[in-house]
Amino acid sequence: MTDKAAIEKEAARIAEQGECAPRLARDPVNQPMINNWLEAIGDEHPGYTGTAPPAMVQVWTMAGLHGQRTLDDPLGAMMSILDEAGYTSVVATNSDQTYHRYLKVGEHLSVTTSLEDVTGPKRTGLGEGWFVTTRSTWWVGDEAVAEMRFRVLKFKPAHAPRPETASAQSSTPAVQPAPPEVQAIRPSVNRDTEYFWEGTRQGELRIQRCGGCGLLRHPPGPMCPECGATKPKYLVSEGYGVVYSYVVHHHPQVPGKQTPFVIALIELDEGVRMLGELDGVPSVGQRVEVVFTKVDDDLTMPSWRPRADR
Amino acid sequence: MRIGDSLPEWHVEATPTFVISTALATRDFQDVHHDRDLAIQRGSKDIFINILTTTGLVQRYVTDWAGPEVLVRQVNIKLGAPCFAYDTLKFFGQVVEREQRDLTIEVVGRTAHGDHVTGTVKIEVPA
Repeated sequence: MTDKAAIEKEAARIAEQGECAPRLARDPVNQPMINNWLEAIGDEHPGYTGTAPPAMVQVWTMAGLHGQRTLDDPLGAMMSILDEAGYTSVVATNSDQTYHRYLKVGEHLSVTTSLEDVTGPKRTGLGEGWFVTTRSTWWVGDEAVAEMRFRVLKFKPAHAPRPETASAQSSTPAVQPAPPEVQAIRPSVNRDTEYFWEGTRQGELRIQRCGGCGLLRHPPGPMCPECGATKPKYLVSEGYGVVYSYVVHHHPQVPGKQTPFVIALIELDEGVRMLGELDGVPSVGQRVEVVFTKVDDDLTMPSWRPRADR
Repeated sequence: MRIGDSLPEWHVEATPTFVISTALATRDFQDVHHDRDLAIQRGSKDIFINILTTTGLVQRYVTDWAGPEVLVRQVNIKLGAPCFAYDTLKFFGQVVEREQRDLTIEVVGRTAHGDHVTGTVKIEVPA
Protein backbone atom coordinates (compact mmCIF):
# COMPACT_ATOMS: atom_id res chain seq x y z
CA MET A 1 0.00 0.00 0.00
CA THR A 2 1.30 3.47 -0.80
CA ASP A 3 1.91 6.01 1.95
CA LYS A 4 -1.02 8.03 0.66
CA ALA A 5 -3.41 5.10 0.74
CA ALA A 6 -2.20 4.02 4.18
CA ILE A 7 -2.64 7.52 5.62
CA GLU A 8 -6.10 7.86 4.08
CA LYS A 9 -7.13 4.49 5.47
CA GLU A 10 -6.02 5.47 8.97
CA ALA A 11 -7.78 8.84 8.64
CA ALA A 12 -11.01 7.10 7.65
CA ARG A 13 -10.70 4.77 10.63
CA ILE A 14 -10.21 7.68 13.06
CA ALA A 15 -13.01 9.73 11.49
CA GLU A 16 -15.28 6.70 11.81
CA GLN A 17 -14.78 6.73 15.59
CA GLY A 18 -16.55 10.10 15.75
CA GLU A 19 -16.24 12.32 18.79
CA CYS A 20 -13.81 11.51 21.54
CA ALA A 21 -15.01 11.34 25.15
CA PRO A 22 -15.51 14.79 26.73
CA ARG A 23 -12.32 16.20 28.24
CA LEU A 24 -12.86 18.45 31.25
CA ALA A 25 -11.06 21.81 31.51
CA ARG A 26 -8.47 22.02 34.31
CA ASP A 27 -10.26 24.97 35.89
CA PRO A 28 -13.73 26.42 35.72
CA VAL A 29 -14.02 29.77 33.90
CA ASN A 30 -12.35 32.13 36.37
CA GLN A 31 -11.53 35.81 36.74
CA PRO A 32 -7.75 35.56 37.35
CA MET A 33 -7.20 33.73 34.04
CA ILE A 34 -9.48 36.23 32.29
CA ASN A 35 -7.47 39.08 33.76
CA ASN A 36 -4.16 37.54 32.70
CA TRP A 37 -5.50 37.16 29.18
CA LEU A 38 -6.82 40.75 29.04
CA GLU A 39 -3.53 42.07 30.37
CA ALA A 40 -1.43 40.14 27.83
CA ILE A 41 -3.67 40.94 24.84
CA GLY A 42 -3.98 44.54 26.04
CA ASP A 43 -7.78 44.42 25.85
CA GLU A 44 -9.46 47.08 28.01
CA HIS A 45 -13.00 45.96 27.22
CA PRO A 46 -15.01 46.78 30.39
CA GLY A 47 -17.45 43.89 30.02
CA TYR A 48 -15.24 41.03 31.07
CA THR A 49 -15.95 40.96 34.79
CA GLY A 50 -17.82 37.77 35.58
CA THR A 51 -17.98 37.04 31.84
CA ALA A 52 -15.18 35.62 29.70
CA PRO A 53 -14.04 37.02 26.34
CA PRO A 54 -15.45 34.65 23.72
CA ALA A 55 -12.08 34.31 21.97
CA MET A 56 -10.78 32.68 25.19
CA VAL A 57 -12.92 29.58 24.73
CA GLN A 58 -10.07 27.34 23.56
CA VAL A 59 -7.84 28.57 26.41
CA TRP A 60 -9.97 26.86 29.06
CA THR A 61 -9.37 23.38 27.66
CA MET A 62 -5.72 23.69 26.61
CA ALA A 63 -3.72 20.68 27.76
CA GLY A 64 -1.21 22.78 29.71
CA LEU A 65 2.54 22.61 30.30
CA HIS A 66 2.73 18.86 30.87
CA GLY A 67 -0.47 18.02 29.06
CA GLN A 68 -0.82 14.70 27.31
CA ARG A 69 -3.34 13.81 24.71
CA THR A 70 -5.97 11.29 25.69
CA LEU A 71 -5.83 7.96 23.84
CA ASP A 72 -9.01 8.60 21.88
CA ASP A 73 -8.04 12.16 20.87
CA PRO A 74 -8.43 12.12 17.06
CA LEU A 75 -6.00 14.97 16.38
CA GLY A 76 -3.31 13.29 18.48
CA ALA A 77 -3.87 9.96 16.75
CA MET A 78 -3.66 11.54 13.29
CA MET A 79 -0.51 13.49 14.26
CA SER A 80 1.24 10.26 15.32
CA ILE A 81 0.40 8.57 12.03
CA LEU A 82 1.75 11.51 10.04
CA ASP A 83 4.84 11.72 12.28
CA GLU A 84 5.61 8.11 11.43
CA ALA A 85 5.16 8.85 7.73
CA GLY A 86 7.83 11.57 8.02
CA TYR A 87 5.56 14.61 8.26
CA THR A 88 7.12 15.81 11.47
CA SER A 89 6.39 19.55 11.61
CA VAL A 90 3.07 21.17 12.33
CA VAL A 91 1.58 24.60 11.85
CA ALA A 92 -1.97 25.81 12.50
CA THR A 93 -3.61 27.30 9.40
CA ASN A 94 -7.29 27.90 10.18
CA SER A 95 -9.45 28.46 13.22
CA ASP A 96 -13.16 29.11 12.77
CA GLN A 97 -14.86 29.66 16.10
CA THR A 98 -18.59 30.13 16.68
CA TYR A 99 -19.79 31.29 20.08
CA HIS A 100 -23.38 30.35 20.94
CA ARG A 101 -23.27 32.42 24.11
CA TYR A 102 -20.86 34.18 26.48
CA LEU A 103 -19.44 32.13 29.35
CA LYS A 104 -19.86 33.02 33.01
CA VAL A 105 -17.27 32.70 35.75
CA GLY A 106 -17.80 29.39 37.55
CA GLU A 107 -18.96 27.42 34.51
CA HIS A 108 -16.89 24.31 33.92
CA LEU A 109 -16.26 23.49 30.26
CA SER A 110 -15.52 20.22 28.60
CA VAL A 111 -14.57 19.66 24.98
CA THR A 112 -15.19 16.91 22.44
CA THR A 113 -13.33 16.59 19.15
CA SER A 114 -13.82 14.60 15.97
CA LEU A 115 -11.71 14.26 12.84
CA GLU A 116 -13.44 15.94 9.92
CA ASP A 117 -11.04 15.75 7.02
CA VAL A 118 -7.49 14.74 6.05
CA THR A 119 -6.24 15.93 2.66
CA GLY A 120 -2.87 15.42 1.03
CA PRO A 121 -0.15 15.20 0.22
CA LYS A 122 -0.05 18.84 -0.92
CA ARG A 123 2.93 20.90 -1.93
CA THR A 124 3.07 24.04 0.19
CA GLY A 125 5.53 26.86 0.74
CA LEU A 126 6.70 25.06 3.88
CA GLY A 127 7.11 21.65 2.28
CA GLU A 128 4.97 18.67 1.36
CA GLY A 129 2.21 18.07 3.85
CA TRP A 130 -1.28 17.02 4.85
CA PHE A 131 -4.10 19.31 5.98
CA VAL A 132 -5.87 17.85 9.00
CA THR A 133 -9.22 19.36 9.98
CA THR A 134 -10.96 18.68 13.28
CA ARG A 135 -14.21 19.88 14.74
CA SER A 136 -14.51 20.62 18.45
CA THR A 137 -17.53 21.41 20.57
CA TRP A 138 -17.38 22.98 24.02
CA TRP A 139 -20.01 21.98 26.52
CA VAL A 140 -21.38 23.23 29.83
CA GLY A 141 -23.19 20.14 31.02
CA ASP A 142 -25.35 19.08 28.06
CA GLU A 143 -25.37 22.50 26.45
CA ALA A 144 -23.12 23.16 23.45
CA VAL A 145 -21.75 26.68 24.04
CA ALA A 146 -19.14 27.04 21.29
CA GLU A 147 -17.74 25.24 18.27
CA MET A 148 -14.54 25.31 16.30
CA ARG A 149 -13.21 24.00 13.01
CA PHE A 150 -9.46 23.81 13.36
CA ARG A 151 -7.02 22.99 10.58
CA VAL A 152 -3.34 22.24 10.82
CA LEU A 153 -0.72 21.52 8.18
CA LYS A 154 1.46 18.57 9.11
CA PHE A 155 4.51 18.75 6.85
CA LYS A 156 8.01 17.62 5.99
CA PRO A 157 10.19 20.71 6.35
CA ALA A 158 11.48 21.61 2.88
CA HIS A 159 14.88 22.61 4.17
CA ALA A 160 16.28 21.73 7.53
CA PRO A 161 18.74 24.31 8.86
CA ARG A 162 22.28 23.60 7.65
CA PRO A 163 25.55 23.92 9.47
CA GLU A 164 27.84 26.73 8.36
CA THR A 165 29.73 25.71 5.24
CA ALA A 166 33.40 26.44 4.83
CA SER A 167 33.81 29.86 3.28
CA ALA A 168 36.10 30.63 0.38
CA GLN A 169 39.29 32.65 0.70
CA SER A 170 38.98 36.01 2.37
CA SER A 171 39.34 37.87 -0.92
CA THR A 172 36.13 36.30 -2.27
CA PRO A 173 32.73 36.76 -0.65
CA ALA A 174 31.80 34.10 1.87
CA VAL A 175 29.22 31.45 1.02
CA GLN A 176 26.47 31.85 3.60
CA PRO A 177 24.21 29.04 4.77
CA ALA A 178 20.66 29.64 3.58
CA PRO A 179 18.19 31.02 6.10
CA PRO A 180 15.91 28.04 6.81
CA GLU A 181 12.80 29.70 5.36
CA VAL A 182 14.48 30.16 1.97
CA GLN A 183 13.32 27.69 -0.66
CA ALA A 184 14.40 29.24 -3.90
CA ILE A 185 12.78 28.56 -7.24
CA ARG A 186 15.44 26.62 -9.09
CA PRO A 187 17.04 28.03 -12.21
CA SER A 188 17.01 25.86 -15.32
CA VAL A 189 20.61 24.97 -15.97
CA ASN A 190 21.74 24.17 -19.51
CA ARG A 191 24.98 24.00 -21.48
CA ASP A 192 24.98 27.77 -21.95
CA THR A 193 24.48 28.59 -18.26
CA GLU A 194 26.20 25.68 -16.51
CA TYR A 195 29.46 27.65 -16.01
CA PHE A 196 27.52 30.37 -14.17
CA TRP A 197 25.96 28.02 -11.57
CA GLU A 198 29.21 26.10 -11.22
CA GLY A 199 30.74 29.48 -10.39
CA THR A 200 28.20 30.41 -7.72
CA ARG A 201 28.79 27.04 -6.05
CA GLN A 202 32.44 28.06 -5.75
CA GLY A 203 31.66 31.59 -4.61
CA GLU A 204 32.49 33.09 -8.01
CA LEU A 205 30.35 35.44 -10.07
CA ARG A 206 31.22 34.51 -13.66
CA ILE A 207 30.60 36.71 -16.69
CA GLN A 208 30.52 35.14 -20.14
CA ARG A 209 33.40 36.33 -22.30
CA CYS A 210 33.60 35.74 -26.02
CA GLY A 211 36.39 33.33 -26.94
CA GLY A 212 36.82 35.23 -30.20
CA CYS A 213 36.65 38.98 -29.56
CA GLY A 214 36.58 39.10 -25.75
CA LEU A 215 33.20 40.83 -25.47
CA LEU A 216 31.62 40.43 -22.05
CA ARG A 217 27.97 39.47 -22.12
CA HIS A 218 25.15 38.56 -19.77
CA PRO A 219 22.77 36.76 -19.73
CA PRO A 220 24.71 33.88 -21.27
CA GLY A 221 24.11 32.67 -24.80
CA PRO A 222 25.70 30.28 -27.28
CA MET A 223 26.97 32.87 -29.77
CA CYS A 224 28.69 36.24 -29.57
CA PRO A 225 26.40 38.97 -30.92
CA GLU A 226 29.48 40.95 -32.01
CA CYS A 227 31.71 38.47 -33.87
CA GLY A 228 29.57 35.33 -34.08
CA ALA A 229 32.08 33.10 -32.29
CA THR A 230 30.59 30.09 -30.51
CA LYS A 231 33.34 29.24 -28.06
CA PRO A 232 32.51 31.35 -25.01
CA LYS A 233 34.79 31.56 -21.98
CA TYR A 234 34.24 33.50 -18.78
CA LEU A 235 35.94 35.82 -16.40
CA VAL A 236 35.30 36.08 -12.68
CA SER A 237 33.73 39.35 -11.63
CA GLU A 238 34.97 41.20 -8.60
CA GLY A 239 31.38 41.11 -7.42
CA TYR A 240 30.73 44.84 -7.19
CA GLY A 241 28.31 47.09 -8.99
CA VAL A 242 25.61 49.73 -8.73
CA VAL A 243 21.83 49.49 -8.80
CA TYR A 244 20.77 50.43 -12.33
CA SER A 245 17.06 49.89 -11.67
CA TYR A 246 14.82 47.80 -9.44
CA VAL A 247 11.29 46.64 -8.71
CA VAL A 248 9.71 45.85 -5.33
CA HIS A 249 7.67 42.70 -5.80
CA HIS A 250 4.51 42.64 -3.66
CA HIS A 251 2.22 40.36 -5.60
CA PRO A 252 1.65 37.60 -6.63
CA GLN A 253 3.14 35.33 -3.98
CA VAL A 254 6.21 33.41 -5.10
CA PRO A 255 6.78 29.91 -3.71
CA GLY A 256 9.35 29.95 -0.96
CA LYS A 257 9.62 33.75 -0.90
CA GLN A 258 8.14 36.22 1.49
CA THR A 259 6.80 39.35 -0.14
CA PRO A 260 7.73 42.12 -0.55
CA PHE A 261 11.20 41.54 -1.98
CA VAL A 262 13.43 43.58 -4.24
CA ILE A 263 14.64 42.47 -7.66
CA ALA A 264 17.36 44.79 -8.92
CA LEU A 265 19.18 45.21 -12.19
CA ILE A 266 22.82 45.57 -11.18
CA GLU A 267 25.37 47.18 -13.45
CA LEU A 268 28.61 45.39 -12.65
CA ASP A 269 31.88 47.29 -12.53
CA GLU A 270 32.90 45.08 -15.47
CA GLY A 271 30.11 46.64 -17.54
CA VAL A 272 27.38 44.03 -17.95
CA ARG A 273 24.03 44.15 -16.16
CA MET A 274 22.66 41.29 -14.12
CA LEU A 275 19.32 40.70 -12.39
CA GLY A 276 19.21 39.56 -8.78
CA GLU A 277 17.50 39.91 -5.46
CA LEU A 278 18.68 42.86 -3.38
CA ASP A 279 18.61 42.59 0.40
CA GLY A 280 18.02 46.07 1.78
CA VAL A 281 16.31 49.32 0.94
CA PRO A 282 16.97 49.93 -2.74
CA SER A 283 17.95 53.14 -4.50
CA VAL A 284 19.23 53.73 -7.99
CA GLY A 285 22.99 54.30 -8.06
CA GLN A 286 23.56 52.52 -4.76
CA ARG A 287 26.85 50.58 -4.49
CA VAL A 288 26.26 46.87 -3.95
CA GLU A 289 28.22 43.67 -3.57
CA VAL A 290 27.34 40.09 -4.34
CA VAL A 291 26.39 37.56 -1.66
CA PHE A 292 26.19 33.81 -2.27
CA THR A 293 23.53 31.81 -0.47
CA LYS A 294 23.89 28.04 -0.51
CA VAL A 295 20.49 26.41 -1.06
CA ASP A 296 21.76 22.84 -1.25
CA ASP A 297 24.74 20.95 -2.68
CA ASP A 298 23.64 21.64 -6.25
CA LEU A 299 22.51 25.22 -6.03
CA THR A 300 23.98 28.44 -4.70
CA MET A 301 22.08 31.64 -5.47
CA PRO A 302 23.77 34.99 -5.95
CA SER A 303 22.07 38.07 -4.55
CA TRP A 304 23.07 41.60 -3.67
CA ARG A 305 23.48 43.76 -0.62
CA PRO A 306 24.41 47.40 -0.11
CA ARG A 307 28.09 48.12 0.25
CA ALA A 308 29.60 50.91 2.27
CA ASP A 309 31.30 53.50 0.05
CA ARG A 310 35.03 53.49 0.08
CA MET B 1 -21.84 50.95 11.12
CA ARG B 2 -22.57 50.48 7.46
CA ILE B 3 -21.27 48.27 4.69
CA GLY B 4 -18.02 49.75 3.47
CA ASP B 5 -17.12 51.41 6.77
CA SER B 6 -13.42 50.99 7.48
CA LEU B 7 -11.95 50.27 10.89
CA PRO B 8 -9.07 52.52 11.94
CA GLU B 9 -5.68 50.95 11.22
CA TRP B 10 -4.18 49.43 14.36
CA HIS B 11 -0.56 48.46 15.01
CA VAL B 12 0.65 45.83 17.46
CA GLU B 13 4.35 45.69 18.30
CA ALA B 14 5.12 41.99 18.68
CA THR B 15 7.94 42.33 21.20
CA PRO B 16 9.37 39.10 22.64
CA THR B 17 7.57 39.97 25.89
CA PHE B 18 4.30 40.27 24.01
CA VAL B 19 4.78 36.98 22.15
CA ILE B 20 5.65 35.11 25.36
CA SER B 21 3.13 36.68 27.72
CA THR B 22 0.23 36.09 25.30
CA ALA B 23 1.34 32.49 24.64
CA LEU B 24 1.34 31.78 28.38
CA ALA B 25 -1.92 33.67 28.99
CA THR B 26 -3.54 31.43 26.36
CA ARG B 27 -1.97 28.35 28.02
CA ASP B 28 0.02 27.50 24.91
CA PHE B 29 3.37 26.14 26.05
CA GLN B 30 4.74 25.09 22.63
CA ASP B 31 8.44 25.98 22.69
CA VAL B 32 8.29 27.93 19.39
CA HIS B 33 6.28 30.60 21.22
CA HIS B 34 8.76 31.22 24.05
CA ASP B 35 12.18 29.65 23.34
CA ARG B 36 14.13 31.36 20.61
CA ASP B 37 16.93 28.75 20.42
CA LEU B 38 14.46 25.93 19.89
CA ALA B 39 12.37 27.99 17.47
CA ILE B 40 15.48 28.55 15.32
CA GLN B 41 16.45 24.87 15.59
CA ARG B 42 13.04 24.00 14.20
CA GLY B 43 13.65 26.15 11.15
CA SER B 44 11.90 29.32 12.28
CA LYS B 45 13.60 32.70 12.29
CA ASP B 46 12.47 33.58 15.83
CA ILE B 47 9.65 32.88 18.28
CA PHE B 48 6.25 33.76 16.87
CA ILE B 49 2.70 34.53 17.98
CA ASN B 50 0.40 31.55 18.60
CA ILE B 51 -2.97 31.15 16.92
CA LEU B 52 -5.03 31.64 20.08
CA THR B 53 -3.44 35.07 20.47
CA THR B 54 -4.15 35.97 16.86
CA THR B 55 -7.81 35.08 17.49
CA GLY B 56 -7.76 37.30 20.59
CA LEU B 57 -6.18 40.22 18.72
CA VAL B 58 -8.71 39.98 15.89
CA GLN B 59 -11.55 40.00 18.42
CA ARG B 60 -10.02 42.97 20.26
CA TYR B 61 -9.53 44.93 17.01
CA VAL B 62 -13.22 44.62 16.24
CA THR B 63 -14.60 45.27 19.74
CA ASP B 64 -12.23 48.25 20.27
CA TRP B 65 -13.91 49.77 17.21
CA ALA B 66 -17.50 48.52 17.67
CA GLY B 67 -17.67 49.16 21.41
CA PRO B 68 -18.28 46.90 24.38
CA GLU B 69 -22.04 46.58 23.81
CA VAL B 70 -21.74 44.36 20.74
CA LEU B 71 -21.72 40.58 21.03
CA VAL B 72 -19.04 38.59 19.22
CA ARG B 73 -20.61 35.59 17.49
CA GLN B 74 -17.84 34.22 15.27
CA VAL B 75 -14.12 34.66 14.69
CA ASN B 76 -12.91 32.84 11.56
CA ILE B 77 -9.25 33.19 10.73
CA LYS B 78 -6.77 31.87 8.22
CA LEU B 79 -3.08 32.14 9.01
CA GLY B 80 -0.37 33.07 6.53
CA ALA B 81 3.09 34.37 7.35
CA PRO B 82 4.09 33.90 10.99
CA CYS B 83 4.22 37.04 13.14
CA PHE B 84 7.72 36.88 14.60
CA ALA B 85 9.13 38.68 17.60
CA TYR B 86 10.06 42.28 16.61
CA ASP B 87 7.49 42.34 13.78
CA THR B 88 4.88 45.09 13.65
CA LEU B 89 1.47 43.59 13.04
CA LYS B 90 -0.83 46.06 11.24
CA PHE B 91 -4.56 45.47 11.27
CA PHE B 92 -7.05 46.68 8.67
CA GLY B 93 -10.78 46.01 8.61
CA GLN B 94 -14.00 46.78 6.82
CA VAL B 95 -17.71 46.07 7.24
CA VAL B 96 -18.65 43.75 4.38
CA GLU B 97 -22.15 42.55 5.31
CA ARG B 98 -25.02 43.82 7.38
CA GLU B 99 -28.27 41.98 7.97
CA GLN B 100 -30.42 43.78 10.58
CA ARG B 101 -28.30 43.62 13.73
CA ASP B 102 -25.73 41.15 12.38
CA LEU B 103 -22.54 42.56 10.91
CA THR B 104 -19.65 40.82 9.21
CA ILE B 105 -16.27 42.52 9.39
CA GLU B 106 -13.38 41.46 7.21
CA VAL B 107 -10.01 41.74 8.95
CA VAL B 108 -6.43 41.52 7.69
CA GLY B 109 -3.34 41.55 9.92
CA ARG B 110 -0.13 42.15 8.02
CA THR B 111 3.58 42.18 8.79
CA ALA B 112 6.51 43.09 6.56
CA HIS B 113 6.58 39.43 5.47
CA GLY B 114 3.00 39.43 4.19
CA ASP B 115 -0.47 38.65 5.48
CA HIS B 116 -0.25 37.04 8.90
CA VAL B 117 -4.00 36.64 9.25
CA THR B 118 -7.07 37.14 7.10
CA GLY B 119 -10.50 36.49 8.45
CA THR B 120 -14.00 37.56 9.30
CA VAL B 121 -15.67 38.47 12.57
CA LYS B 122 -19.43 38.31 12.98
CA ILE B 123 -20.93 40.58 15.61
CA GLU B 124 -24.42 41.40 16.80
CA VAL B 125 -25.16 45.01 17.68
CA PRO B 126 -27.67 45.89 20.43
CA ALA B 127 -31.28 46.47 19.36
